[in-house]
Amino acid sequence: MKKNLNTIAYCRIKNHTISVNGKLLYTKDSQLTFPEFAKQVYKEKNIAYPKFFKMDNLSKLGFLASEFIFEAAKLDSDIIKNTGIVLSNRASSLDTDRKHQETINDKNNYYPSPAVFVYTLANIMIGEISIRHQIKGENVFFVAEQFNEILLEQYASSLIQNKKSDLVLCGWVDIDKDKYDAFMYLVAEEGPQKYSKEIIKKIYTED
Amino acid sequence: MDALKKELKESIIEQLNLEDFSVDDIADDDALFGDGLGLDSIDALELIVMLDKDYGIKLTDPNEGKAVFVSVEVLAKYITDNRTK
Amino acid sequence: MSKNRVAITGMGIISSIGNSVEENLHALLNNKKGIATIVNIETQHKNEIKVGEVSQTNKELAKSLDLDEKHNYSRTALLGCVAAKQAIKDANIKDIEAFKTGLISATSVGGMDLTEKHFQNYNEESRKLINSHHAVDSTEKIAALLGITDFTSTISTACSSAANAIMLGARLIKSGQLDRVIVGGTDGLAKFTINGFKTLMILSDTHCTPFDANRKGLNLGEAAAYLVLESDVVVKQEKKTVLGYLAGYGNANDAFHQTASSENGEGAYFSITKALKIAKLNPEHINYINAHGTATPNNDLSEGRALKRIYGNSVPDFSSTKAFTGHTLAAAGAIEAVYSVLALQNNVMFPNLNFKTAIPELNITPVTKLTKKPLAYVLSNSFGFGGNCSTLIFSKK
Repeated sequence: MKKNLNTIAYCRIKNHTISVNGKLLYTKDSQLTFPEFAKQVYKEKNIAYPKFFKMDNLSKLGFLASEFIFEAAKLDSDIIKNTGIVLSNRASSLDTDRKHQETINDKNNYYPSPAVFVYTLANIMIGEISIRHQIKGENVFFVAEQFNEILLEQYASSLIQNKKSDLVLCGWVDIDKDKYDAFMYLVAEEGPQKYSKEIIKKIYTED
Repeated sequence: MDALKKELKESIIEQLNLEDFSVDDIADDDALFGDGLGLDSIDALELIVMLDKDYGIKLTDPNEGKAVFVSVEVLAKYITDNRTK
Repeated sequence: MSKNRVAITGMGIISSIGNSVEENLHALLNNKKGIATIVNIETQHKNEIKVGEVSQTNKELAKSLDLDEKHNYSRTALLGCVAAKQAIKDANIKDIEAFKTGLISATSVGGMDLTEKHFQNYNEESRKLINSHHAVDSTEKIAALLGITDFTSTISTACSSAANAIMLGARLIKSGQLDRVIVGGTDGLAKFTINGFKTLMILSDTHCTPFDANRKGLNLGEAAAYLVLESDVVVKQEKKTVLGYLAGYGNANDAFHQTASSENGEGAYFSITKALKIAKLNPEHINYINAHGTATPNNDLSEGRALKRIYGNSVPDFSSTKAFTGHTLAAAGAIEAVYSVLALQNNVMFPNLNFKTAIPELNITPVTKLTKKPLAYVLSNSFGFGGNCSTLIFSKK
């Protein structure tokens, strides 16, 4: 029997704004670069996690979205430790791949940075979120042309139905130069809002 | 030596993105790893790149770094003794 | 939960030790490793590293696929197409549309080789090639070659990518969403990867020595492998020969560090435990483990600790085949899935080459010689950067 699932919280970060559960929380100056925007939000929210500044842009974006989600969800760390994480995007780690590529192209200034290279994989973002919240559940990252709510729904409901995870953090976290878009949502059996792939698609499209 | 130490502190803050630190926050004998500045293995690799890029010192084994990256004091002495640029 | 079993009915592979399943098996049975000095890529690190390179050039690979000379296939796509085509042939699939069929392909480097060739001198010609950079491109090209339209997906979770593709494929079959799915991964060598791993200082300057006390790091490799997974219904209806079954799978996050594994092998411990649970097996049922065993100081210690947490002092026979192929990154899980099935089929455990001295903290010794033994269950580990840890269990029946 297929269970009905619900959404505990969702967060959208794009165009210098952050909204949680449909409510706009931050609107920042549109002249800011993404790192500047992210830094302002980090400071205002008083997130004491210095490792944030070592992350690449993709990880910062995913990290921030997950911060807002878990804050809104108000769950014990004991409950979230087995959360499944199913994220996706289009550009993979292109934003950082480019930085790494630049350091190895110039023979006269050849100093590839290990701190850049470690972020040339999109799923490092999942690692950062997992480290922050000590989440040890199943995790996977898909690269797709566009937000695919069907694939995410299949994966999330399979994890919940088969009792692998009680909670699944799903979404789309994409960044390429100055264009960024994060849409993250936390799915479970119990939650304040109904979940279905259609509802999620509607929120994603309209939000 | 003092100028080198200041320069090192500045590069460490900049290279390792230690956003919440300023030069005055780092004492010469503060532990760089462990409880001190809280640096990790990737930071150690980044410092190896810095030694090569700024001072022409090539370390080939990450374990060599352990003895060198104890503190700014130790690092500055090592650089003074071994720099090629 | 559905009782659907997941049968493996076809396999295809291209790696530094062979261009087909038969060639790979022959090399494994005869201690023929594929690690050597790099030939196809011009890099300043040429003399400091050894790699597991597929001998064929892009031109030769394209020719074997009958591609037009002006094709825009990256090396990753070429290798993937070759291996996937073999798998379909091996499974004796004549009509791909006869059943609901999917393709789940894993890659981490994508079309980076084409991108880096054109990074500095961008022109009209480059534009066509740059489209091939995207990770999805190799998946689309394989799907087009095989005529798969029902379901395609691209997974990128570093070095556990292909294991995760296999796991997702199994789930889709078990839940009845697909009847048949081609799963695996492909990664071509690129300067991007070589330079990156070099900065992490985890590349060995000589042949890698998994699980050895004096291990110096890994050898990078390139490869592609795909498996055809089919449901009970298809197997029965088509009277398929079954090569083996995927009995269990598990995935967990190590939640420790971007690239390093935790000291006590937390993620690995969880992924192995989950896979055993899905397969409904006790740890002692496993006859042989094809370890991740990259030969980096960190991985082998962490993986060994995870094994000891589960098995105490009676760790089953295990070996890493990475001294044969090098670490083939996103493809590794599929390469080693093929080797696990070959082990089951031939009741043989492949040697962990170059091993001399046990790691003192672990005191465990891998299988160092080709060893015959009846095998019923083989477990295979694949762990990726980002803490992504996966375990697959294969069974004969």
